[in-house]
Amino acid sequence: MVTITLRYTTRGPASGHAPSAIVGVVASGNLEVLLERALPDTVCAVEIATPVRGYDEVWQAVVADFVERTSPGGLHISINDGGARPDTVALRLMQGIRMMEAGR
Amino acid sequence: MTLRSNVPSRRAWDTGQHSREQRLAAASRYARGKLVAHHDATALLEAVLRPGDRVCLEGDNQKQADFLARSLAQADPAVVRDLHIVQSGIVLAEHLDLFEAGIARKLDFSYSGPQGGPLARALAERKIELGAIHTYLELFSRYFVDLTPHVALTVARCADRDGNLYMGPNTEDSPVVIEATAFKQGIVIAQVNELVDKVPRVDVPGDRVDFVVVAPEAFYVEPLFTRDPAQVTETQILTAMLAIRGIYEEYGVRRLNHGIGFNTAAIELLLPTYAERRGLKGRIATHFALNPHPTLIPAIETGWVQQIHSFGSEVGMDAYMRARPDIYFTGRDGSMASNRLYCQAAGLYATDLFIGSTLQIDLQGNSSTVTRGRIAGFGGAPNMGSDPHGRRHASDPWLKAGREAADGQAGLARGRKLVVQIVETFGDKLVPTFVEQLDSVQLAETLRLDLPPVMIYGDDVTHIVTEEGIANLLLCRTADEREQAIRGVAGYTPVGRGRDRRAVEDLRARGVIRRPEDLGIDPLDAHKSLLAARSIKELMHWSGNLYDPPRKFRNW
Amino acid sequence: MTDMSNQSAASRDSASWFLASARDRLAGLLDPGSFVEFLPPSERVRSPHLALFDLPAAFDDGMVVGRGRLDGQGVLAAAQEGQFMGGTFAEVSGAKLIGLLRAARDNPDLPRTVLLLLDSGGVRLQEANAGELAVAEVMRAIIEARSAGVAVIALVGGRAGAFGGAGLTAATCSRIVISEQGRLGVTGPEVIETNQGVEEFDSQDKALVWGVTGGRTRRLIGGSDAYALDTMAGFREAAVSLLGNPSPFDLRTLQAEQDRLAARQQRLGACDSPAALWATLGVPDPGAARDMDDEAFAALAATVKGTDHDAR
Repeated sequence: MVTITLRYTTRGPASGHAPSAIVGVVASGNLEVLLERALPDTVCAVEIATPVRGYDEVWQAVVADFVERTSPGGLHISINDGGARPDTVALRLMQGIRMMEAGR
Repeated sequence: MTLRSNVPSRRAWDTGQHSREQRLAAASRYARGKLVAHHDATALLEAVLRPGDRVCLEGDNQKQADFLARSLAQADPAVVRDLHIVQSGIVLAEHLDLFEAGIARKLDFSYSGPQGGPLARALAERKIELGAIHTYLELFSRYFVDLTPHVALTVARCADRDGNLYMGPNTEDSPVVIEATAFKQGIVIAQVNELVDKVPRVDVPGDRVDFVVVAPEAFYVEPLFTRDPAQVTETQILTAMLAIRGIYEEYGVRRLNHGIGFNTAAIELLLPTYAERRGLKGRIATHFALNPHPTLIPAIETGWVQQIHSFGSEVGMDAYMRARPDIYFTGRDGSMASNRLYCQAAGLYATDLFIGSTLQIDLQGNSSTVTRGRIAGFGGAPNMGSDPHGRRHASDPWLKAGREAADGQAGLARGRKLVVQIVETFGDKLVPTFVEQLDSVQLAETLRLDLPPVMIYGDDVTHIVTEEGIANLLLCRTADEREQAIRGVAGYTPVGRGRDRRAVEDLRARGVIRRPEDLGIDPLDAHKSLLAARSIKELMHWSGNLYDPPRKFRNW
Repeated sequence: MTDMSNQSAASRDSASWFLASARDRLAGLLDPGSFVEFLPPSERVRSPHLALFDLPAAFDDGMVVGRGRLDGQGVLAAAQEGQFMGGTFAEVSGAKLIGLLRAARDNPDLPRTVLLLLDSGGVRLQEANAGELAVAEVMRAIIEARSAGVAVIALVGGRAGAFGGAGLTAATCSRIVISEQGRLGVTGPEVIETNQGVEEFDSQDKALVWGVTGGRTRRLIGGSDAYALDTMAGFREAAVSLLGNPSPFDLRTLQAEQDRLAARQQRLGACDSPAALWATLGVPDPGAARDMDDEAFAALAATVKGTDHDAR
């Protein structure tokens, strides 16, 4: 298994009040994303566990774009990857932040 | 004084007829009238074939003369050898066995999907002398110029004693193959499922048919055009939404051809839902050159479709088509009649859009389905996916695309056919669709081909649709812009990550690249609930249970 | 708690159970917002074994447990994620379910109904012994819970079906809901084929597999108590119809079950195809019954004798 840890400073915090959210399933071509509101407002940390080697740069690019787009400050994001394509990863991250913004 | 030709006056002008009579004579001991018993099939072939003959063993996209293929594979290679195979589809293992056994030596074909791997190996091992890989239209055309078959081995549902053949919906290539063969004194042999007193309709007249063999088992038909809605992914739904909103609606595309694939299946399943909500019924997707895709059933049932002409048929669709003669081309007997040549011409000249998927796209927009170790051939896509310069009649989408291509340039205006490649940026096993160089370049070197096999050339492509958005290549002025437009929708592939961000932003500002949000589409809306049918069974219910799904697709 | 927020309530209700995740099923089944999860993903109670095999773990090990309300009534619920490792029983996933069942057995303040959303091919091979133990302990826990008056209702309708240990588990429950897509059995189709040959059982012949183990057959022979449409609303309706006072679980129940199974064996044992089975049960046109839509089938099933009973 490969573990990748990424850390960002964001413009501000993710909106909404949900303390946590989970989206996706660990299956072939899919992934599960756990989001927890557990960090300071302008910090975002992303931990990825994946069985697929050699895609570190792609993960960094996808996550960096996501962070730039959504400013998910305060969120600790943990990913269990089942070999998903980058666009599926981006989709799940967006689904996750939507849930965090919508939740009570 | 009159000039006389130097040609000796004794030249024979009927050698073809002569050869034909010899072959018929050699075969006569096996035939009663035109009928030959199935246990005599191999002997018949040995009597009728000559070394070096050009043979078309159908070999269609779907229906297969499988019994004749097996019979030919059992022929004595001392008697039947060095055949030149000129068939459109290399589908059965037996088709390659012929080369293994030395019965066949040279090959001209069009499509080899199911045998793509073994064919690549056989070519690499020089077991096959390759003439060329053609498109369907090219190969059929060459039947009338320089690849006329000496012998055609065809397949039909039934025949009468006069040799009239009935093929039902799977008429496909046969009328063309047989006309070329019969009218150049060739021999035509048909395997049939049964002998009848009177065929339901005459697809091939008996006076073009020399021998009929009733095969021990019904012939095999490959179900190629069935896509299970349950396997359509959210990404494919997103690209379908982009295509409908950003191209079909934008250009007002009513006449079109869909290549087979999950991306186009998603479009078909989104017509009654997403496209309906956009108020597009009657304005898009009304006339199709298309095989009978089961996934189009919901759109047909909800009144989207006016007419469909088909290249071939599809397993399980017979009864449904019989009940929808306003939609499909049907004979007096009520069953559908397909014709690959006519439909290829229709797709080329009578439609305004082709859309299909592919495995690799390079920086110029050239695409290919060749990958390491597999040669699938071309089939019909290069025809469908090309801009026919011979077209003259105008339509709104054609004129609009032409204006976009010409924008600002001097010269006489012409229209452009919309040729759309719709892909996910990564394919199976995280293999990037977008590449710097197509695998087929390497293949051409290995196999010493004249040209790398390209499915669709970049200068024919007008749009590329991925989950990242739509690139409109018509609006690109330079090769550089084209490259950045492609990189700009290539997602996180190395090609996509290699984009010039500034250039891509400029292209987006100009509308050359449009992202989902530019078209009012939220990727999170690309949900499976948007599909008009979510399973094969739902398709069956949409059809009023007339659609009879093939066994391998039934999971209930 | 789910990713269905972009849909309307009506389209959520008609969402396919078969295609849904475990969490989506719980959200679609239970009263909105009523589900509270025990040992949620944030607690990261994961399999300690999968990393050894270079396999990704799931934060909930493919088993979601908690409590909620069904049509206003309090229930405990457990859902297997069939897409994760085939929904298999393993050390952690098994322990979560056993814990829930034992809590139901021991704590009279907890709801007296457990909904068991099964979607599993059996035991996780990578954790074989722990998985086998878990199945045994689950079955015992269900029996003990039932003895204490708790109703345990199995809901079967996912991609993995309920095979192996999951099939045994289902048979231990007080009630079973099944949809057409659902399957219930012990030995999986591929294993039958490997052991008995393809002529005996062609596992690629989906029509055969579903004809023998699928929801419609199970409903007709009395192997399930309710037939659900493949939607959230369908399963909810079927589960609600089975709420109510559970029958006593005692020696008489077990004897009645044995009698029922013996009678079934006698009546149907000679049938060699699903069509023969259905014909013997009095279904007028087995082929049409297989293809008809769910509402029509449910109505047909109601006319077939022996589908309803109280033995289990």
